[in-house]
Parts: sequence; C-alpha cells; structure tokens
Amino acid sequence: MLRVCLKGANSAARKCLCGNGVPLHPLQQCRSYTSGGSGSSAGKIVAASVLTVGGGVGGTILYANWDPKFRANVEKSIPYSDQVFGLALGPAAPPPVINKPRKVEPVQISSMSEMWKDSKQPKAKEVEKKAEQPDAEGPPAPAPQETLEAAAKCTECEHEPAVKERPEGEVAARLAEQDKAEQDLLTSLSSNLEDALGSTAKVTLQAIGAQEAALQAIAQHTRQLREAMEAEAPPDKKSTQWRVLEDALSERSRSVDEAGAAVLKAKAELDKLRGVIDGAKHLKIAAARPSILAAEENLHSMVVDLDSVVTRVQTAQSEAKIVSQYSELVNEAKAQFQKELNSITPEIQANWKGLTGKLTQDDLNSLIAHAHRRIDQMNRELAEQRVREQIHIDSALEQQKLEDKKALEVAVSTALEHNREQMRLEQEKKVEETREVMEAEMRTQLRRQAAAHTDHLRDVLKVQEQELRSEAEEILNSSLMEKETEYRRLTQDQLDSFTLDMNAAYARLKGMEEAIDSHVIAEEEARKAHQLWLSVEALNYTLKTAALNDPTEPLEGAVQAIKESCAEDEFAQALATALPSESLSRGVYSEASLRARFYAIRQLARRVALIDETRNSLYQYFLSYLQAMLLFEKAQEAPPAKLSAEDLDTFKLLSYAAYSLEHGDLELAAKLVNQLKGESRRVAQDWLKEARLTLETKQVVSLLSAYANAVGLGTTMAP
Amino acid sequence: MSEKELGKKLDRCLADSAVKLGAGLGLGIVFSVVFFKRHTWPVAFGLGMGLGMAYTNCQNDLRAPYLIQRNIKVIAKRQ
Repeated sequence: MLRVCLKGANSAARKCLCGNGVPLHPLQQCRSYTSGGSGSSAGKIVAASVLTVGGGVGGTILYANWDPKFRANVEKSIPYSDQVFGLALGPAAPPPVINKPRKVEPVQISSMSEMWKDSKQPKAKEVEKKAEQPDAEGPPAPAPQETLEAAAKCTECEHEPAVKERPEGEVAARLAEQDKAEQDLLTSLSSNLEDALGSTAKVTLQAIGAQEAALQAIAQHTRQLREAMEAEAPPDKKSTQWRVLEDALSERSRSVDEAGAAVLKAKAELDKLRGVIDGAKHLKIAAARPSILAAEENLHSMVVDLDSVVTRVQTAQSEAKIVSQYSELVNEAKAQFQKELNSITPEIQANWKGLTGKLTQDDLNSLIAHAHRRIDQMNRELAEQRVREQIHIDSALEQQKLEDKKALEVAVSTALEHNREQMRLEQEKKVEETREVMEAEMRTQLRRQAAAHTDHLRDVLKVQEQELRSEAEEILNSSLMEKETEYRRLTQDQLDSFTLDMNAAYARLKGMEEAIDSHVIAEEEARKAHQLWLSVEALNYTLKTAALNDPTEPLEGAVQAIKESCAEDEFAQALATALPSESLSRGVYSEASLRARFYAIRQLARRVALIDETRNSLYQYFLSYLQAMLLFEKAQEAPPAKLSAEDLDTFKLLSYAAYSLEHGDLELAAKLVNQLKGESRRVAQDWLKEARLTLETKQVVSLLSAYANAVGLGTTMAP
Repeated sequence: MSEKELGKKLDRCLADSAVKLGAGLGLGIVFSVVFFKRHTWPVAFGLGMGLGMAYTNCQNDLRAPYLIQRNIKVIAKRQ
C-alpha cells in the first residue's frame, strides 16, 4: 500500500510537473510574445498613468478655482502647490475682512456725545468736528465712536483691538490733518480776512480820512466862505481871505478828489473784501463765521461810514454849494455892495472888524445911507422875493423835491442798502447769535442729552449691573446650590454608599458572623456529628475487634464516648441507651464468630432434634443422635418467604438458618433458629441470645452510624 | 454457652458414669471381695448399679431443664 501511495504520489507529482511543464513552454513562448507586446502594454500603462495624473491635477486645479477653501487647504498641505495655483489661476483672493464695527453704527450720536465728553480735544476742534460731521461722514468719523463703543461694549472681542487701534490712529491723524487743514485754512482765511479787512480798513479809513479831510476842507471852505462872506474885511485881508478861500477851495477840491479816489479805492477794497468774505463764506468754516461776520460787520460799518461820510461830504458839499451859492450871492451882494460902497466910498475896505475906528462920519453916513439904500433895496428885493417867494419856493420846493426825491431815493436806496445790509448783518449776526445760542443750546442739550444719556447709560449700566449681578448671583447661587446639592448629593451618596457599604459590610459581617456562628454551630454540629460518627466508627471498630471466638471489647467505652459526644442529641442518647447492657459490659460477638459457632450449634441441635419436654430420656438422646447420624438434609437451603408448618422441622430450619447465615442474614438465621423447639432451642439459646445481642447492637450501631452519617451529611451540607 | 451445656452434661454424665461405674466396681469388688467371696456378681451389680445411677443421673441431668418446678408458673399455650 505504501508503494501504491508512493506510486500514486509519483504519478501525481509527475502529472503536476507535466502540467507545469506543458504551460511552461508556452509561457516561455508567450514571454517572447509578451516582451513584444509588453512594450505596447507598458506604453499603455504609461499613457494611462499620465492621463490619471493629469486628470487629477487638472481636477484639483479646477476645484481649487471654484472653492478657495479647498485651494487654501491644498496650498497648506502640498508644498509648492501655491506656486502652481498662482501660475494656473492667479493669486488667491484675500479672505473677506469681517467688518465687525459695522454693527455699532446706529449709536453714532450718543457716542458722539461720549466722544465729546471723553475726548480731550479743545472745544474748537469739537466745533470743528461738529462742523466736520456733515462733511466727514465716512468711516473715520464713526470709527472712533464705533471704536469707543466697541471699547465700551465688547471688550471680549479679541480682534477688536486690532480693528480699534488702527482706525483710531488713522482717524486721529486724519482728524489732526483735517484740523490742521482747517486750522490752516482758518488761519489763512482769517489772515486773508484780516489782511483784506486791514487793507480795506486802511483804505476805508484813508477814504474816510480823505472824506473827513474833504469834509473838513469843505467845511473849512464853507466856513471860510461864510466868514468871507459875512465878514467885511478890508480888501487886502479879503484878498488874502479870497486867496485862503481859493486855497481852501482848491484844497477842498483836491481833498474831494482825493476823497473820491479814496472812496473809489475804498469801494474797490470793500468789494475785494466782500469777495474775500464771500469766498470765506463759501468755505463754510464755522469758526471763521464770527470773523466773517465781524469782517462783514466791519465791511458794513465801513461801507456805512464811508457812505455816511460820503453823504456827509455830499451834504457838506451841498451845503457848501448852498453856502457857495449863498456865498456867491453874498459875494455878489458883497461885490455889489462893495461896488456900491466902492462907488460910494472907494477907500473903505470891506472889512468890518477893523472898521470901527477908521471910518469917518461921512463914510458912516454914506455907509448908513448906503445901508439904508441897501436896506431899501433889500426890502424891495425882499418884497420882490416875497412876491416871487412862492414861485421860488415852489420851484425851489420842486427842485428841492426833486433833489429831495433824488436825494431821498439815493438816501433811501443807500439807507435801504444800508438797512438791508444792516439787517442782513443783523440777521446774520442774529443768525450767528442764534446759531451760537442754538449751538450752545444744542451743546447744552446735547450735553444734557449726553448727560441724560450717560445717566441713562449709568442707570442702564446700573440696572444691567444689577441684573448681571443678580444674574451672576443667581447663577452663582444656583451653581453654588447645584454644587452644594451636588456636594450634598455626593456626600450623601458617599454617605449612602458608605452606609450602604457599612450596612453591607455590617450585614456581611453579620452574615459572616452568622455564617461563622452557624458555621461554628455547624462546625459544632459537624464536630459533634463527627464526634458521633467517630464514636460510632469507634463503636463499629470495636464491633470489628471481635476475634473469631471472642467477643468484642466491651462497647461501654465507645458508647460512653458516644454518649459524651452526643450529649444533646436525644435520639443518639436514646439509641445509645438502647444498646443492650450485655454489649456494653461484655461486648458482642461478631457475625463470623456467630456463624462459626452456629455450625457447632447446628450439629448439636441436629443431635438433640428429638429431645423436647416430652421426650428427654437418654434413650431419646440416643435416638436423636441416631437420627442426626442417619438424616441428611441440605447443608443450606434457601428459606422460603413464608414458613409453612412443615418447614418448622429442625433440620430444615437449621439448613435455612445455615443458608441465611452463609448469605449474611443473621437476622433471618436468628429468626429461624428462634423457631426451634425443645432441646435444640435450649441448645441454641445462648447462640440466639448472642445473635440477638449482636443483632441489636448492630442495629443500634447501624442506626447510630446512619444517624451520625445523616447528621454529618446534614452538617456538611449546612449552608 | 448453652451449646456447651450438653457437652458439659455429657461430660458430667461420663464422668459420673465413670465415677459410678468405678464406684460400683469398687464397691462391687469390695463387696465381692469382702462380702461375696470374690464373686463377680457384686462387681457386675455394682457396675450395673453404678451404670444405672449414672444413667439416671445423666438422664436427670439432661431432663433438668424440663422439670416443672412449683414456683414457676407455666403458661400453657393451647395448641
């Protein structure tokens, strides 16, 4: 079989080899084919890999183009990918700046007041800022408020400071710039204004001065004229007077011209100033307003002064004209008078003052006459005049009316102009004042509002603080409570668990104690049982100590031991006491001995089988002996279950008993032996007694041992 | 031991019979020698008497247990 297996294995191996060998060659052949075809497959592989890689890269780039986060991820993870992306897609768009301060915009006004309160900038700047507010509505202005708000409200925002810092600096810089620019502008403006004002004032003053001078000149001229007219001075003085008058006149004309030129210049300057003021007004810088206003006022006042001066000059001029007319008339009259006087008194000079001592009576008379004549003339002229008065008056009135009208118109116009200007100025002043007042009021209101706001804020903050505090307290309390309850619970749990443990331990201890006690008891029991059992065993052993023909040792000791070992056990005690005293004192015979003895008894019982009460002579003895010699029965015969009458034969009984003895049934043997009658019975009496004793003892001992076993079993089975 | 009783009894019987026989013999011999001029009949008589006495003693000994004594009450079981 081994050979068969080997052969089979060989054949199988050979077949395998053949099987491998057959494709081997084709494989080799194929190899040559594949080497040729491998080039194409390699090319295919290369192409496929290139395609895959390209596809992957392209897909990545496309997706990065679509999703910037993905792009960022890839750039982060793969080095140099950002360059590739930069080449392919261009630079990545910067992440959108989260404009957090935007949310705080609505709170501009209050924050403005806060800013006012908080800012340590001078009031001008505040005003500037206020003026700036309508201009700079961009982020720089709200930014500081926002930042302040942000600083006030969200202090936890961490990148707020980053957002805060820069705008504040920028804003401050920008504000500073603006302030500087404003300041510059203002200074320039004010300087311009001042310059203009100064120049205008100068010019105006000059004009006014010139006008005044003109006025003065006119007045002087007029006065001189009047004087000249009214004073009849001697001709040389008069000529000096006239010369002075001419000088004055020339002076007046010159001064008037000068005044006119100055006025023109002043007017030009005023216009320039007005232009400058307008320009300044166009700049709309509030701080310049008062200066503008002042400039305007100055301008106006200058204009007014100029105009007044001009009017004064004009009135003076008109007066002068009147006076000149009058003077002309007077001069005419004087001339005429002079002529007349000259005609009358050629040597008298028209000089009243020095005339008093120089005139002669004739001269005086002639003078008086002339004077009278003159008076008459005058009266006549007066009458004429009176006559023509009305006409003259009318014409003069008309003229005057016209002139008045003209003058009125002019005056009205100028006054209107002035008034308008005044009113405008007043209005502007009022406006300015009201603006100031309103600004002040607004400031106060705003301040009040700010104060109210701060109060409100304070209140709100207080309330909030209260709320927060209460909340925090609540939270604290609740958390405290929680923690406390937790702690309590934990401690309680601990306690409980501890108590539980303790209880458990205690219970266990108790249980253990009980168990131990029960164990002790059980042990005790077991010990007792063991003791009992031992003593019973000892008893058993003592039972076994029976030599063949000698009884056992007296069971007393063992029984005593049993009695001691089972002091509380009534059953055992009963059993122990149930032992027959013979066994106690003398011991019992063993079954073997009894069995052995039985045979002798059997022999004897056989021999005396016939002997009983009736037959007990010696002859019967002989006969019985003979019977025993001659009668053969079975040595051992199984006893039936029920003994019938014929079974009560001695020999049968003996054979039954022998059988039962041989089969270890001492009891049955004893029972059977008990059925013997007569002498056989008497012969077997002792044996029977012994058997009975043995049986009793054995029974008791077996009971005891069973009991001990049971108890022992019970104890061993004890929980 | 009750079983040894019979043996004992028989021993006693034998001993007694021996004694009786011996005694009888002896007395017989004596009587025969003394009184009956060495006849053998007193010896036989003596032996016989001895034997008979022994027999009777043995029998009585063997019967002893069945003798009803007056002070023993016997309850007769009706058959």
